[in-house]
Amino acid sequence: MRVALEVAISFFLAAGGLFALAGAIGLARLPDFFMRLHAPTKATTLGVGGALIASMLYFIGSGRPVVHELLIMLFLFLTAPVSALMLAKAALHLRLPSRARLPDGDGEKEKAG
Amino acid sequence: MLDLALTFAFACFAISLGLGALRLVRGPSVPDRVLALDALCVNTVAIAILLGIRYDSAAYFEAALLIALIGFVSTVALARFVSRGDVMD
Repeated sequence: MRVALEVAISFFLAAGGLFALAGAIGLARLPDFFMRLHAPTKATTLGVGGALIASMLYFIGSGRPVVHELLIMLFLFLTAPVSALMLAKAALHLRLPSRARLPDGDGEKEKAG
Repeated sequence: MLDLALTFAFACFAISLGLGALRLVRGPSVPDRVLALDALCVNTVAIAILLGIRYDSAAYFEAALLIALIGFVSTVALARFVSRGDVMD
């Protein structure tokens, strides 16, 4: 029981760290703002979620469960999309350049032909 | 094993903080910097939670909750300032 709990805590810690690292690498490396907005807003939330689940398991295992993790998780999951939406609206307002290339659809060809 | 995983998670979040600071310094536009600040806040929340596990203390959760709150409010205020030129109207 003790070993299983420790394995679960270690798994969630490692998964959370890797997700946060992936989000940060995306934030640092991707070429334009809208791609960079996509990377940390999802991956970092998953990373903090992993750390929070690990902390919850740890404190349940040590015999004094606390509910603050649930509060933090709820708050982060509610506010991450809102702040991402506000940032996207600000970037649209500033008309930041986007490198998204739309695929050449058939509709365009038909219109041309 | 728990110590090893904890050290690994600390290293991951520290590298994430470094990359976020890099984007904060280098970011070509203002929303990039605001996004980097938001990512730094979220990573700081995670590090506070990991410190709570490391020192076996439940006193870090209030700090984490406060950092998350301040990070959200400051991100929204900065985004509104960028898009409208005014925080409250």
